[in-house]
Amino acid sequence: MPINYYLFLSLALFSIGMVGVLTRRNAIIIFMCIELMLNAVNLLLVAFSKMHHLKNLAIDPMVGVDGQLFVFFIMVVAAAEVSVGLAIIVMMYRNVHSVDIQFLNRLKH
Amino acid sequence: MIALLLVLIPLLGGGLTLFLPRENWVRPLALLVALSSLLAVVLGLSFCTDPACWSFDAEWIQPIGARFTLTGDVLGQWMSLLTALGSVLAILGSWNTDRKMPHRFYGLMLWMQAGMSIVFLSADAFLFYVGWELALIPAYFLSSIWGGERRIAVTIKFFLYTFVGSVLMLIGLIYLHGLTPDGSFQWQSFRNLELAESKQMWLFWLFFLAFAIKVPLFPFHTWQPDAYEQAPTPVTLLLSGVMVKMGVVAMIRWLFPILGIGVFIWSDVVICLAVGGIVYASLIAIRQDDLKRLIAYSSIAHMGLTVAALFSLSGFTNNSNVVLQYHHLGFQGVLLQLFSHGVNIMGMWLLADRIESRFGTRKLSELGGLARTAPVLTIFFVIVALANIALPLTNAFPGEFLQFNAIFHAQSPYRIVFLIVSGLGVVLSAIYTLNMIRRIFYGETNAVTENGLRLTTAETLALTLVVLLVLAFGIYPQAALDFTNDYAWEYVKSIDITRFLAK
Amino acid sequence: MAMLSFPNIAYLIPLLPLLGFLVNGLGRNRLSHGAIAWIGSGVMALAFVASVVVFWNLPAGAPTILTAFDFIRVGVLHIPFAFQLDALSSLFLLIITGIGFLIHVYSAAYMHEESAAHYGRYFAYLNLFVFSMLLLVMGSNYVILFIGWEGVGLCSYLLIGFWFRNPAYAQAANKAFVMNRVGDLAFLIAIFWLIARTGSVSFTDLPLALGTVGQSAKLSAMDITGITLLLFVGATGKSAQIPLYTWLPDAMAGPTPVSALIHAATMVTAGIYMIARSNLLYTAAPLVLTIVAVVGLATALLAATIALRQNDIKKVLAYSTVSQLGFMFLALGSGAYVAAVFHVMTHAFFKALLFLGSGSVIHAMGGEQDIRRMGGLKKSLPITYWTFLIGCLAIAGIFPLSGFFSKDAILLSAFLKSPVFYAIALMTALLTAFYMFRLFFLTFGGTFRGTEEQRHHLHESPLAMTLPLILLAVLSIVGGWVGIPEVMMHGGDRLVAFLSPVIPVAGGHEVSHATEYILMGLSSGLVLISIFFAWSRYKQYRSEESENAVARLLENKWYVDELYQSLLVQPLHRLGGWIRSFFEPKILDGMVQGIGRSVRYLSQQFRFLQSGQTGNYALWMVIGMVLILSIQFFIRK
Repeated sequence: MPINYYLFLSLALFSIGMVGVLTRRNAIIIFMCIELMLNAVNLLLVAFSKMHHLKNLAIDPMVGVDGQLFVFFIMVVAAAEVSVGLAIIVMMYRNVHSVDIQFLNRLKH
Repeated sequence: MIALLLVLIPLLGGGLTLFLPRENWVRPLALLVALSSLLAVVLGLSFCTDPACWSFDAEWIQPIGARFTLTGDVLGQWMSLLTALGSVLAILGSWNTDRKMPHRFYGLMLWMQAGMSIVFLSADAFLFYVGWELALIPAYFLSSIWGGERRIAVTIKFFLYTFVGSVLMLIGLIYLHGLTPDGSFQWQSFRNLELAESKQMWLFWLFFLAFAIKVPLFPFHTWQPDAYEQAPTPVTLLLSGVMVKMGVVAMIRWLFPILGIGVFIWSDVVICLAVGGIVYASLIAIRQDDLKRLIAYSSIAHMGLTVAALFSLSGFTNNSNVVLQYHHLGFQGVLLQLFSHGVNIMGMWLLADRIESRFGTRKLSELGGLARTAPVLTIFFVIVALANIALPLTNAFPGEFLQFNAIFHAQSPYRIVFLIVSGLGVVLSAIYTLNMIRRIFYGETNAVTENGLRLTTAETLALTLVVLLVLAFGIYPQAALDFTNDYAWEYVKSIDITRFLAK
Repeated sequence: MAMLSFPNIAYLIPLLPLLGFLVNGLGRNRLSHGAIAWIGSGVMALAFVASVVVFWNLPAGAPTILTAFDFIRVGVLHIPFAFQLDALSSLFLLIITGIGFLIHVYSAAYMHEESAAHYGRYFAYLNLFVFSMLLLVMGSNYVILFIGWEGVGLCSYLLIGFWFRNPAYAQAANKAFVMNRVGDLAFLIAIFWLIARTGSVSFTDLPLALGTVGQSAKLSAMDITGITLLLFVGATGKSAQIPLYTWLPDAMAGPTPVSALIHAATMVTAGIYMIARSNLLYTAAPLVLTIVAVVGLATALLAATIALRQNDIKKVLAYSTVSQLGFMFLALGSGAYVAAVFHVMTHAFFKALLFLGSGSVIHAMGGEQDIRRMGGLKKSLPITYWTFLIGCLAIAGIFPLSGFFSKDAILLSAFLKSPVFYAIALMTALLTAFYMFRLFFLTFGGTFRGTEEQRHHLHESPLAMTLPLILLAVLSIVGGWVGIPEVMMHGGDRLVAFLSPVIPVAGGHEVSHATEYILMGLSSGLVLISIFFAWSRYKQYRSEESENAVARLLENKWYVDELYQSLLVQPLHRLGGWIRSFFEPKILDGMVQGIGRSVRYLSQQFRFLQSGQTGNYALWMVIGMVLILSIQFFIRK
């Protein structure tokens, strides 16, 4: 499959995530959109990694592996982020019964 | 070395005071520090007036070529005397006033003194700039913490206004620094630059604005009445008695010798502003009801005269001895008046402080009849006020006399106009000063002034010192004139711009 | 005792009053009334003795200069703190210390009701006043003269405002000082001018500056005219001439002996002294001399007309002083400096007498000063009556009292200057006689018009007050005999000869003896007629409610005070108020604040970027990224 398909899919996922982050007010949905953006990048990384690997296999069997490694890093970080972020959101919900970010802007004052 | 002492004593003393654990030790310690710096000046003046005894030079910030250079010329010695005296008077005058956090108050005051000493003594432009700010920053904190009810807004204005000036000066300093062949900030290197007329024309304003704001010269004075009114009076005393002299001293040391042509080109404009300011400030003072603001405006008028006289000295003499000698006269007047005005205005603030703290008001319309209930205060006040209007046999008379003489000899086609307009100040100052005396001391007493006031020992001491100085320099001004004579002669020769014309 | 011999004894003359000032001033809370009076008068008596010693030992010819120390010595300018003893200054010393002493003695009784502290303050001021005046006449240069000049201004301020609880009095004191300062400013400028041209302010250098000693003149005609004119403006302030005379009548706010001191011995004669001292300069400036004469004449006439309708006993005397001073300036302007000095002397005698006499009347009347409520005081105040009469006769110029000789000398000089001047001066002299006798008859003649309580209280003053009156009356009679005109007695005009080292005798146009006798006879005859008119009009008091406009104008002093008020004081006040409440805060400070405000306004606009909404930040981030990428994309292409 040509790399372009992966690129377009990843771009579409990233854009959906970005628009979600920018437009939605629900913290959980924003969170999901961030995950979506992260995964769009992951997809891109995997796709490029595969492409480089196939192209340069003859020269160096290990080429392109670092791209896959990054994906693992991102997944670990995302998992940590989810656990912390969700915890914060849950705590906030318990306190103010809302996860609306427009409502939760008190730090500004 | 004495110059270094004069900087270090208040600097270290101030630091010590700042961290003093026991509050009731604060005042004696501060007084001790101020007195020892006064003692250092007096001893220095009586035993070794040779600049070699005074000056100090050390490596400081090598990468930018700044050195820690203090000179001990007569100007520096003379102003150091005033600074140390001002510090003593400020501390004595506030001896019986209770303040929150006295250790910080007096510590900052002493740091202010250190900053001013640096300004008066420094011969390195960078050090000069540091001193200039070092004097300003404690003043800012002193006013904004211990000041009157509008202190925050007023102090910010005061700080920003003077700071704008300092920044302009800093730009000028850095520019000159870049031009020096050896990359130094030394006065001598700046002096050797001998810049072209086109550069001097605009460089002049960078420096002059900073100094004019400090003096303050009309129309850059609007920070001053507010700041004087809102600052605690000992601080006002130092501000107007000593700090505003920084502007004039800076002109004498950093403007005339270095940018002589610029000074000459703009001297008419500056004298115009100065003499206009005399009349302007006097007119406001006539209609002023607030004692502190009245004194503030009178200070603007008097400093205007000094600046006008100073700028009248600018010009080319074609090496004519007669012209030089008249400049010599005028410059002696400026030096004498710098000191005299400092003493007088400090006396005025001491008295204003007593009146305000005793009666809780400084509105002339709410006072009256104090001559009957507070006779001692009245005598002190009248003597100092008369000195303020330069009555003969007080210290301001010889100074103003020589200053008017300088204006009469200015190299300007308008000098007669300048003389007459500045002379109006003589009449106007009499009007507002006598009105002030009349409204505070004459007439019937009212509920506020019924109980009168007694001066404490410390205050009487401070005021007696002022009155003694007023009379001493009034009756025998020659003592001061002899002291400054040789320096003034060398100085007026050095600022003669004939050397540029020869090129 | 080298100190007590001539000329060093001259140092004592100013030092003694200064000592009295210090002792009485510092010890006023501890000393008793008696001690204060003895100290105050004692130093004056000693100073008088010293003045007499100086006067008798004065060497003929060149002045004796005593230099105490250098006041200012810088390069070219040398101003010594030095005293000059010569005919002119020693004569003034006698007048000042002599009459000053009598006034001190008089004051001891007059002010006795004051508390000790105020009594001490009073005597301290009085001594300081005399000290300043002595400095003024003894100074050997214009700067020392100026020190005394401002000093008397200060003392008059302190003494006019002596009863400071009365706001009007304090106001009068302010007015005196400020008007004097206007003149002082002109004086100062004259000094600067003199320094600029000659580099010296000493009187002894004046001939040198004028180039009369075989050298070229340092002063051009223009310089001389300017300097003398400015000096004269200074003199108009101190000596109460048009346009700066209005402070003197208001100065009546002070205690009466102070008025006597100001009007007779000190202060107002300073201007005459200064011009007589500068006579060399003035002789070289004929234009200015004419101005001096005209101003003097105008003042004399104006003040005399005002005095016609004043009802305050001291105000009448005050305007008469202004008028008499005008006479002196007329003499100066006519070049008759000696006549002016002569009139200063005789005027000092009879004006001190009149003021102290009026003080005695006021004392007896319990503070009443309005002559409409007096009358018939002849019986209860016999000594005051007779001495006052002598004073009035002297000021009117009746032969052979002192005023006759000095006034005659002035009239003669005016005649020589211009017959028109003579005519106006003569008319003024008649007015003088008229209003002085109006005052006299209203006060002492007729019947008593005061309250019953005042009548009960009427008494002659104590000896300390009447003795000075008697002495001054004697002086008012004989004081003129030092200047008997040449026509009456050969060598009679000893004053001219005495003053000749200072004031060179001008030769030139003499009038014939016949003319001189005619002039004398004319003025004496007319004055007698004038007194007769006053007698017939005022021997019996009639209420003179002023109906016509001229009388009202005179009663209100030609509205000069009001004119100054609305032309100078009010506009200045309004300008000051406008600057203070509008220009300064709104425009000047407004510009400063405007800079601050515009910074704040701009930051207010940028503030919307920092909304605090995370979404907004993310949006801006995305927009920024898109921008950067697209820029990069397009630039690459």
